Parts: sequence; C-alpha cells; structure tokens
Amino acid sequence: MIAYLAKRLGIATVTLVLASLVVFAVLEIVPGDPARLMLGMNASEAQVEQLRDQMGLNAPLIERYLHWVSGLLSLDFGRSYTYSVPVIDLVLERVVVSLPLALIALALSTAIAIPVGLYSASRRGAAGDAVAMGAAQLGVAVPNFWFALMLVYLFAVWLRWVPAGGFPGWSAGVWPALKSLLLPAIALALPQAAILARVTRSALIEVLNEDYIRTARAKGMPYRAVLWRHALRNALIPVVTIMGLQFAFLLAGTIIIENVFYLPGLGRLVFQAITQRDLIVVESVVMLLVATVIAVNLLVDFTYAIVDPRLRGRS
Amino acid sequence: MSARAQTPNDGMASWIGKAFANRSFLTGFLITLLVAVVALTSFLWTPYDVTKLIIADKTQAPSLTHWFGTDHFGRDILSMIMVGARNSIAVAPVAVGIGMGIGVPLGMFAAARGGMVDEALMRLNDLVFAFPALLSAIMITAIFGPGAVNAIIAIGIFNIPVFARVGRAGALSIWPREYILAARAAGKSKTQITVEHILPNIANQLLVQGTIQFALGILAEAGLSYLGLGAQPPMPSWGRMLFDAQTRMVVAPWMALFPGMAIVVTVLGLNLLGDGIADILDPKSRRQR
Amino acid sequence: MSLLEVENLSLSIDETPILKSVELSVAPGEVIGLVGESGSGKSMTALTVMRLLPHLSRTSGRVTFDGIDILAATEDQMCALRGDDIGMVFQEPMTALNPVKTIGEQVAEGIRWHTRAGRAEAEERARRILDRVGLPEAKFPLSRYPHELSGGQRQRVVIAIACALKPKLLIADEPTTALDVVLQAQVLDLLRDLVAENHMGLLLISHDLAVVTEMADRITILRHGQVMEAGDTARVLSEQVHPYTRQLTQASMHVPERRPNAAAHHASSTGADKQGALLQVEKLTRLYPGRRLSLLRRGEPTRAVDDVSFSMMPGQSVALVGRSGCGKSTLARMVLALDKPSSGSIHFRGEDLTGKSEADLKPARRNMQVVFQDPYGSFDPRQKVERLVAEPLHVLDKVPTRRERREMVAHALHEVGLAEPDMDKYPHEFSGGQRQRLSIARAIITRPKLVVADEPVSALDVSIRAQILDLFAELNGKLGVAYLFITHDLTVARAITDEVMVMHEGRIVERGKTGEVLDHPQSEAAQALVAAAPDLHRAIARRMQEQG
Repeated sequence: MIAYLAKRLGIATVTLVLASLVVFAVLEIVPGDPARLMLGMNASEAQVEQLRDQMGLNAPLIERYLHWVSGLLSLDFGRSYTYSVPVIDLVLERVVVSLPLALIALALSTAIAIPVGLYSASRRGAAGDAVAMGAAQLGVAVPNFWFALMLVYLFAVWLRWVPAGGFPGWSAGVWPALKSLLLPAIALALPQAAILARVTRSALIEVLNEDYIRTARAKGMPYRAVLWRHALRNALIPVVTIMGLQFAFLLAGTIIIENVFYLPGLGRLVFQAITQRDLIVVESVVMLLVATVIAVNLLVDFTYAIVDPRLRGRS
Repeated sequence: MSARAQTPNDGMASWIGKAFANRSFLTGFLITLLVAVVALTSFLWTPYDVTKLIIADKTQAPSLTHWFGTDHFGRDILSMIMVGARNSIAVAPVAVGIGMGIGVPLGMFAAARGGMVDEALMRLNDLVFAFPALLSAIMITAIFGPGAVNAIIAIGIFNIPVFARVGRAGALSIWPREYILAARAAGKSKTQITVEHILPNIANQLLVQGTIQFALGILAEAGLSYLGLGAQPPMPSWGRMLFDAQTRMVVAPWMALFPGMAIVVTVLGLNLLGDGIADILDPKSRRQR
Repeated sequence: MSLLEVENLSLSIDETPILKSVELSVAPGEVIGLVGESGSGKSMTALTVMRLLPHLSRTSGRVTFDGIDILAATEDQMCALRGDDIGMVFQEPMTALNPVKTIGEQVAEGIRWHTRAGRAEAEERARRILDRVGLPEAKFPLSRYPHELSGGQRQRVVIAIACALKPKLLIADEPTTALDVVLQAQVLDLLRDLVAENHMGLLLISHDLAVVTEMADRITILRHGQVMEAGDTARVLSEQVHPYTRQLTQASMHVPERRPNAAAHHASSTGADKQGALLQVEKLTRLYPGRRLSLLRRGEPTRAVDDVSFSMMPGQSVALVGRSGCGKSTLARMVLALDKPSSGSIHFRGEDLTGKSEADLKPARRNMQVVFQDPYGSFDPRQKVERLVAEPLHVLDKVPTRRERREMVAHALHEVGLAEPDMDKYPHEFSGGQRQRLSIARAIITRPKLVVADEPVSALDVSIRAQILDLFAELNGKLGVAYLFITHDLTVARAITDEVMVMHEGRIVERGKTGEVLDHPQSEAAQALVAAAPDLHRAIARRMQEQG
C-alpha cells in the first residue's frame, strides 16, 4: 500500500515539475513585451527597459524560473500587469466562484449518472434502459455552452426564475449566489452526466459477466442484491477514472460557461489575461489549474487502492 | 463454410450486410452522410449568399423564405449552417489524423519496448493529460493567433495522448497472446510483429476511438470558435454563430437554436456510428445478458 | 427416492437446440458422473438445474429437486434453494471469486443470506468450513483476499462457499480441470469426503473419463446434448456396449503406434554421449526479481529454473513433466530463445544460443519450432492460413517466391492431414483439433530438427487428442524430428516419449526411460505425480474389484 501510494505521489510530483517547465517555456516564447504593453506605445525605449529591470524580465532564464517557482510555493504569484494588484488576490477573488461551480457540477453529474447507470444495467434491454440510454446518447452530443444558452432562454428570459447571468458575490448571501450558479452548474453537469451514466452502465454490464457474479448467484442471492454487493464496487474503478478526467474537463469547461453567464471566475480571468497578454496571471492560473488536475488524479489513484485490494499488496 | 471462404470479397459483403442491419450504425451513417452532403453542396449552392449583408432583412424569424430565419446582418441562417458544416467536418478528420498518426505509433512503440522507454512515454502522456485540453487549446490559439488551422492543430495535439493510450493498452493486451510468441519463435522482429500482428488486431479499437474523438473534435472546434479562437469572420462557423446569438437571445432565439441543433445532430450521428461499429465488431457485447 | 430427477429435458438457447430429452437422477449420498466432450451440453445441464441459464433459453421436460418442480419454480423459490440446498463449484478458480472482497466475507455472505445469522455467527461458521476444506486460520484468516491465494486454494474457498450450508446436492462442473494432477487428486479427495460426511448427492461433470471413473457410482455419457449411455460406472466402462462409450474409452487410453527411428535408438538415457547432441543445456538458471517488500527492499528472487542441465539426441522424444509452476514452461521458452537465461548456456547443434542477437538466431530458429497449448490463441485471427503457416519461412536464407511458398504450405498441410484449399481460410473456420494440426504444420514447414511442444493436447477432447498424438508419432518417425514435450499429463508422456524428465521447483529431479520412470518413480516429486495421475485402466480395475 505504502509503496503504491509513494510511487503515485512521486509520479505526481514529477508531472507537476514538468508541467511548470512547460508553462514557463511556453510563455517565454509568447510574442509581445509585457513592459511595453503596460506602458503603452508612447513610452520611450529607456522607460520600457527600466520597467523590464524592475519586473525582473532581464534576469537569466533559470533565475527567473526559480524565482517564479519559489514564488508559487510561497503563494506569492507576483503582480498582475494589467490590474496592478497581487495575482493571489485576483485568484482568491475568482476561485470562490469557479471552485463551487465545478464542485456543484461534479456532484450533480454524479448524483444523476450513477443511479441512471445502475438502473439501466439492472434492466438491460428493457424499455427503461432504452429511454435512459437514448437520453444519454443525446446528452453526450450536446455542447454545454449551447445547452447553457437554451437554459438561459428558458429559465431566465422566458420564465424569469433565475438571473440570466452575473454573480452577486457571496457577500450578497448564500442563496442568491447559489441561485446564480445553478444554471451554469446544470449546463456543465448534464452532458457530463450523460457520459458518466454510459460508462457506469457499461462497466456494470462488463462486471456482471464475470465468473464471480455467477458464484454469487449460485449462493442464492437475487440479481439485484448481486448487483449492489458484488458488481457495483468492481465497476467503480472505470467510473472513478472517468470522474477524475471529468473534473479536469469541468475546470476547463468553466472558461466557456463563465463567458456565457458573465461569471467572474478563474476561467474568464485566464481568458481575459491571455487576450491582454497579462502573462503573470496566465502563468499562475494555468499552474493552479494543472496542479488541481494532478491532485485530483492522485486522489483517483488513492481511491483505486481503497477499492481494489490487489493494489494494496500484503500489509 | 468452405465455399464462403473461397471469395474474400464475401467477408466484406457480409460485414456491410451486418452493418446495415444494425440500427445505431444505420442511423449514424445516414446522419453523417447527410452532414457531409450538406457541406459539399455548400460549395456549389446555398439558398442565399452568406457573404452579402442585407441589413433590411436582419433578425427575421423563420419563415418560408428563410427556413431558419436570418441573423443580425440579415444573412440566411440555413445557408450559414451549410457553409459552417465545412469547417466542422474538416476540423475533425485532420485533428483525429494528427492524433492517430502520432499517438498510435508512440503507444505501440512504448508497448513493444517496455521498460524505461514505456515509462518515459507514459509520463509524457501524464503531462499532457494534466493540462485541461480546452485550456491548452485556448493558450495555443491565443499564442499563435486565432484561426481555423491553429484550432485544428490544437485539437490534434490533444488527441495524441488519447490515441497513444489506446494504442498502448491495445498492444499490451495482444503481446502476451500465443500467436505473438509463435511469431517470435519464427524469428520475427518486434517491428515486424507490430506491423503484421499488433496493428491489424487493434484496428477495431482505434476505429471506435476515432469516431469518438471525431465527435469530440467537432464539439471542441465549436467551443473554440464560440470564444472567437476558431474560424474567423466572415467565414461562418457554428460556434461563432452561437456567440453572435448570445446577446440577441431575447429578440432572435432562432439564431441560437438552429446552429446548436446542427452541432447536436452531427455529433449524435458520429456517436451512433461509433456505437454501431463497436457493436458489429464485438458481437459479444450484444449477446451477453 | 431420488434427490434430483431430470426427465425428458430439452433446452434451446436462441433457437439453437442444446439438450435433447436428457434423463438423469441423483440419489442422496450418491456420486453421479456426467461425461462428455466439449459442446455435449454437460455444463448447460448443470445450469438448468441451478436455473442460471443465459438469456433466451427455452426448456421443456421436468426437473424435480426434493419434490420441487425446478422449471416451474419462481425466482424467489430458486434463490432459496441455491446455495442452501444446492451448492455449485465451477471450473475456473482464478475468476470465480470477487477480487475486492475477503474470502471470509464471501463465505459468510451465503450463510447470512440464508440463515439470517448475525455477522459474528456467520463468520464463525465460515471459519469452521474454511478449516474443514483445508484452509486453517493460522495461514488463511478470513481477512485474506482471493489474489493472495493460489488456484488450488481458491478452489477450496469456492468449495467452502458451496458446502457452507451442507446442501443436499452439490454440482461440481469440471472442478479440477484448471488444476495440476496433484492438486486435482487433493480436491477430488476433499469432495469425496465432504459428500460422505454430509450424505450429499454429487453431480460431477467432467471431460476426463478417468476422474469420473474414480469418483462416480454411476455415469451418464452425453454427446451433442443427448444421453448415449447411462448406468453403473464399472459395468458401462467394462462392457462398453455403446459404440460411443467404446470410442471414448479407447481414445482415453490411446497409445499411438510409433515407428522407432534410428537416431533415437542410439540415444542413451544417461546422455553420457555428449558428442552429436542436438540440444545441450548446462547449468541453466532463470531468476525472477522478488516481490517488492518496501520502497527500497525486494524479497529474495524466485528461482524459476534452477541450475538445470540436460541434453537431447537428434530424433529423440523427451517429456518434461511437472506440476504447474515448476518452471517447465520457463525452461522451454529459454530453449526457444524467447526468454533470456540469468546464467548457464544452451547449445543447439553445437552452437551457443545465449546472448545472441535476433539476426544471429535465424539459423537456429530454422531448426527449432514450437507448438503451443491453446489451439484458439496461437493464430492471429486476422490472417489466412497461408500466411500463418508460412510465417517461419522468413528465417530461410533464400526467401521463397510466392509460388514456392504456396507449394510448401500445401505440402505441410498435406503432411498434417489437411487439404490444399484450407490455406485460403481463416483460423476461426477450423475446429480445435484442426487448428492444432495447423500449429503442427507451421512448426514443421522449415523442416526443423527440434519441436518444442508446450501442453499441445491438453486443451483437446479425448478423441481429437488421440488423433493429434498419432500425428506427432507419425511425424517423429517420418521426419526424424526430436520432440521436447512439456506436459503435466503422464498419459501423454507415456504415449509419445522415449524419455521423461521430472521437474520440481525449478530443478530436474529425475530422468530416465519413460516406462521405467512412470512405473517405478524414484524421487518424491515423481512419486507424487504418478500417484495423483488419474489412470483409466487402474480406475476401472478398482471399480470392478470393489463390486467383486
């Protein structure tokens, strides 16, 4: 168990270091001088040079990388060129929108998909299965931002139940804030739920064909009981794998969805920062997102070890 | 039995027969064919010229003259969807081609070599997977400039690790088979075995994954062009049309409805096609309870 | 009166008839053997009694268990019977247990389900039955997981699950087919004792006539879903009234006629004459790295093959026998240069094979071919016979033209009893026995001096097995090819080989003339193998004796 977890942790760390190198390298080759951008076209060459010195842009490459990484580790992400505030403040302000959004979406998608998958697998070939899987087939094909537009039209424009966009902030109260996250979360969650339901169903059906299911049936347990007690846990590995991948997808999906709903989240921050060449913000937010994805994958690996005793080895 | 084996074409014919008896395959095939025909037709003919802006006709509701209505510049939405289909249809195969062409050999190479080579390639794969695909696609197109070509390349790059994984996993499941051992005992090299035995036996899995990535590619392209990073105006694209529709939802909801439905139908068709192929190639999955 | 009564049972699955008017009965305390070759419908008979048939199955006739009409019973009634009154043991122990649940949970589950016992009580009973099947607490606590157990141990767990509630009827479907002979004998003993202790009825399903003869009071012989003959075991097998019974019995005891070839005669059993040896293996060792105990520490490496030396003369047929996991397949792979030895040397026709590159191995490969066990897995399903059989030809110095190639393939097919048009077919168009003929055709196409055969007949039905053994014997005489036969089945060794090497825990512990070693084994390992091996002659004789 320890050996397995240590190995996964090691791999995650290596991936994180490589990722930081990639992010740093990519932003090195981006065209456009941030100092020039900040000062505008009218600034003199000397002024720009002075600012570059100030911002540490003239230091050697390795020194800048190390400076950046040590900054990341001590949560000092530097200052935004365009907003002129510490990046950490920007990130903190936005993360309280994006993280709850992704989490709600993930919870929603799981809460829908697992029961639907179980239902379909237990009634394979029946009408209920066909309807559920038909809906899932359709759900997989729907782009979430278009689905978001349709939701806005239906619930905000037509029925006027929820606001069409914007975020009042948590200071306005938990309910109004949640209410403005509701449609975006649904828009993100449903297409993902469709994928997850299909995966759950096929994983269950695969497991139900295993020999040990027949052994359990020969013990005198009814089909449903075998499904719950034997099949579900064995089917969890592919399901958890997909959930891990989906979290990464949901984080990135917020970029588009936040644009649809005018939510001040990380996705919009990074998108705007890219178009404004605010590299320090891009670097920091991308690194943050990548670190989150790696952490979630690590969590998935740990879940494997809990679910599957074969990974634990002899204790 | 022996009579059937005499003509090799017979196998192909029975495959086609089986394929069209499969409902998923048939539906998916017809939808995909329809989209392809529409895209090709747009080169020769569209109901209206999409390059002409007729402000007098702006945001007209669907009618007999404009089946899907018009947009804020008075362009016919149906015509724009037809032209936009070109883009979507073109993006996916190129992106899948990039992913397959690089990813599959990498994955098979890793499986054949094993050890450090395998480990290194898999770590590289982990690295790419750590970057949410859409985020990276945004970065790539933002850095190298928005446009259809860069969007294709960005989507293609993120197909590489997917195919590398499928190729590697498939190859790893074939390597321990006895017929590989027999081929090795017959003195075949790892490269020969990979080309002669591994690749033909994982082709099915690759084909199925291909249709999935095809559909995902269309969704990704729509997302990128929605953000303004895909095909640039005046070239119509489905994603861009949705972006334009967003601010006009109250006055012209059809501007959002029809391009979105075009995406859904296309992706649905490809997914059905993929499901159908998987079904036909692995009849076991249908027979089992 | 009978415990289980099957009358006029017919079964079809998806319109394909599987069983036709099957009759069968099991009395309490009685052992009934159900024998048949693959596809005879014997497993389906068992699943019908359990009502665990696949979808789209249709049954007709009557199945009565303990007064209950099984075919008409509700699913709830069946659930009450399964595991409580009828227990079942399956063939494949490696996959029959849920990998994510402990053995304690899996044994206790059925007990709790049927008796409504509490967790502690059920676990106590699970403990008792596991002790009974030979898995004592000290080494096998309830908290063990299936992957920590060997195949034989897992089969004991499956038996414990089936017998936990002392069912009236136990159905065992090929319970020992996946085990080696020594484990097979142990598991059969256990089944016999459990049946006697609890006065259970046992329906034993097997393809192995010898196993059934040793175990069963009465046998039923099934073919193509129909009962060929049924009755008292000793009578049926000694009188052999029905032609199919005779065919099965004779095939089971078949010894091919061997034309002695000159080369093999010269070979001395001691291998003292090392000049002119075809294959000479010296101090061969293969280590596998030990289990990782912690991040930095590894356990002792496993010595899969341990300091093995032997030699083979041209044209000689040698058996390498041993229990599963004794290292015989690893040894074979090293001989074939498919695996690298950790130390030691292999000389083939005077040439050292170890440490050679694939290109340098070409001449050796030309003279050394292989036949594998699984007739289904040893062919690429996407290639036609012509390409498959011709695969070894590319080691020839001069690559044959397409026409030459077709001629050579046709010739090889002819030699193994297949026809020329077969070369345009795909492997799935052949039966198991025909595929093994294809394997042999592929092996002899380069006219090799040595063929290594890894369990080449153990996946085949007895009548097919007899034919394939004949083919091996014929080619040995005709082509003078030497065989290294890897097998756990002593009857195969006896049928086809001049000499036997017995392997145990990576070492060769005994070698000698086949007849001598099998009749008078010297080493402990050889004695265990010989004692455990089912033997139809012996079993029938014993049955006859018992009945006087």
